[in-house]
Amino acid sequence: MNTTRGVRRAVAAMACAAALFLALAPPARAQVPQRAPRWITTDHSMHEALKKPFASPEEVTKACLSCHNQAALQVHKTIHWTWLCPMAPEGSGLGKGGLVVNNFCVAVKSNEPRCTSCHAGYGWKDGTFDFTSEEKVDCLVCHDSTGSYKKFPPGAGYPVMQPTQFGGKEWLPPDLNNIAQKVRRPGRANCGACHFTGGGGDGVKHGDLDTSLLKPSKDLDVHMAQDGANFTCVRCHTTEAHKISGRCYKTPASNTRMSLLQDDQMHKITCESCHSATPHKNGHKANDHTDKVACQTCHIPEFAREKPTKMSWDWSTAGKKKDGKPFTIEGPYGKDSYDTMKGDFVWKKNVQPEYLWFNGSMGNVLATDKIDPSKPVELNLVYGSRDDKNSRIYPFKVHTGKTPYDTELKTMVIPHLFGKDDAAYWKTYDWDKAIAAGQEASGLPYSGKYGFADTIWYFQTTHMVAPKEKALKCGACHAREGRLAKLGGFYMPGRDHASVVDFAGWGGAALALIGVLIHGLMRLVSGGRRKEG
Amino acid sequence: MTGKEKLYLYSRFERLWHWLQGGLIAMLLLTGFEAHGTYALFGFERAYTIHNWCAWTWVIGSAFAIFWLIITGEWKQYTPTTRKVAEVIRYYAVGIFRGEPHPVPKSVRAKHNPLQRLTYLSLAALLLPLQMATGLLYYYYNAWPEMGIGTWTLQTVAVLHTLGGFALLVFVIVHVYMTTTGHTPWAHIKGMITGWEEVEHPEAVQDWEKKSA
Repeated sequence: MNTTRGVRRAVAAMACAAALFLALAPPARAQVPQRAPRWITTDHSMHEALKKPFASPEEVTKACLSCHNQAALQVHKTIHWTWLCPMAPEGSGLGKGGLVVNNFCVAVKSNEPRCTSCHAGYGWKDGTFDFTSEEKVDCLVCHDSTGSYKKFPPGAGYPVMQPTQFGGKEWLPPDLNNIAQKVRRPGRANCGACHFTGGGGDGVKHGDLDTSLLKPSKDLDVHMAQDGANFTCVRCHTTEAHKISGRCYKTPASNTRMSLLQDDQMHKITCESCHSATPHKNGHKANDHTDKVACQTCHIPEFAREKPTKMSWDWSTAGKKKDGKPFTIEGPYGKDSYDTMKGDFVWKKNVQPEYLWFNGSMGNVLATDKIDPSKPVELNLVYGSRDDKNSRIYPFKVHTGKTPYDTELKTMVIPHLFGKDDAAYWKTYDWDKAIAAGQEASGLPYSGKYGFADTIWYFQTTHMVAPKEKALKCGACHAREGRLAKLGGFYMPGRDHASVVDFAGWGGAALALIGVLIHGLMRLVSGGRRKEG
Repeated sequence: MTGKEKLYLYSRFERLWHWLQGGLIAMLLLTGFEAHGTYALFGFERAYTIHNWCAWTWVIGSAFAIFWLIITGEWKQYTPTTRKVAEVIRYYAVGIFRGEPHPVPKSVRAKHNPLQRLTYLSLAALLLPLQMATGLLYYYYNAWPEMGIGTWTLQTVAVLHTLGGFALLVFVIVHVYMTTTGHTPWAHIKGMITGWEEVEHPEAVQDWEKKSA
């Protein structure tokens, strides 16, 4: 009898302790153990093919291909190699390897050696590059785990082979042997080497991608936070045969909205894959928004939350000199607000996105397209509308610029910026020569007359998802002058009202109030008189 | 003119339901106009949440009220009539200032004058169902395609719901004022709190209706 009671007490005490522990313990998802990748079945340092000195990076590639004999052919089909939209018809020029122009450094053609330091290959220095070469594929830029493999900025995709001075620092040749033996699946730094610094510097292009994502705090990115889920880029940008999923040009990141519960073989991970279409608490109205409002809209309240991003680039002021020399002016956040080579910049931090209907597909203005410079030219186009059932409201970074164009032919132009020749803008600061050379290298006409058009470039904001406590509150949009004030074509509670109804309603209420007040006053007066009488 | 008589006009359930409705209407108006964007008080989300809770409470309460009306037969109190409407209107427009007696004194079997009957009936039969229907449609906007009304616009429903809200606001203003028009400003209000209302001119009231104790 006593023993039973004792056991019962012990059990009860343990249950209490367990309950207390559960109540106090942090939620399970906060503790993601750092597992060794379970799918790695080889140690590259043991492969004979990699145990030799490499005289050139191409030799490394050949060694890789001696086992991975399909890898280069797979890479050849991807946008990381072609820089062309894989869905666009051949010869359409859709892609930065084609005739797409932006309002940053405008276009690649005639500037290859500088731009292609972000190409997953070696030696794309001009129009003669052989896109069928397997050995020119750069395996290491994506698979280096040592952090010591760096492509040389003006090196057409090659690392330096001799110590070289550039940009105020010394670039050292990489230890290819060591790097080749330590390859792995891509980490954040691999993707970030290009995608965090697109446009030539940290955070220049995307407001939601910069080097702060190398080691992000939970506040900056719940998924990538080292003390959180610790995702790498490829956790969501899943990959099949070197084809990395994600949006490119006209191709949406995903055509289907499905969760992994519905299809666990899907290879494109979106928010919905894990969070489902009803991710909020049961019965919460936010679940009724997911058909029209993208997750990012509320869950990325601002972009560039840790590092500034470039919001505007005015090329028309470039070329000024101080004492006959190019100069820069340091502006806010320690970033240049002027550079002789590039013109005026505006940098901003903690920027509120703009919101647009978006179906995942974007269009582009090519250097062959006619433009209307009388109003700001949208160099890329956000497709979607309220009536399109695949469209949702998404957040965007809107980068404005003044960008060179042909005032006669009414087309954007491709300036030859980088090079050692006299036509290169960054050498002689002569727009006319630079544009003529750039257009010629691109096989395009030039009238000889140029100007600067107001331009717009849109970036979808999709990274840097904030913790749920930091998500937008309902009132951010459901207000007379809220974040969606500019988005028309539908009735939104809190924002919209019919003026006639409000006028009639408040008028009616005011009349009723005045009426009863007068009636009451008259009762007082007449009652007083009767008493006197 | 003799003394005043006390009549038990409002049962416990009626009083509870009346004040509950009063509180709900006040909260619904307050939160409704915030969600409408007229002012910021609770913040949109809390205003929305309170509005929904009040709305559902009202829907559930209404079910009880309808049940009560049927079981007690009190629904008869709301039978519309045009008899003496003109007199009542004349009373509030003229007679009240002259100290004339009310043309339709309250009694247990007819505690509402014809004007009240018309007002409360239109409220219960038209305005409140309109508010509940438009409110429910508003709430279940996402289910419209399944309900086969996918081509309706939210604006229509929103505008109707807003109009209903304004109508209720006007009602509340006038109703609250009218409660002060008894033989003393507090007579009607006291009646709705205690259930017992002092009625003047008791000669119009039958003996069995009077407070016996």
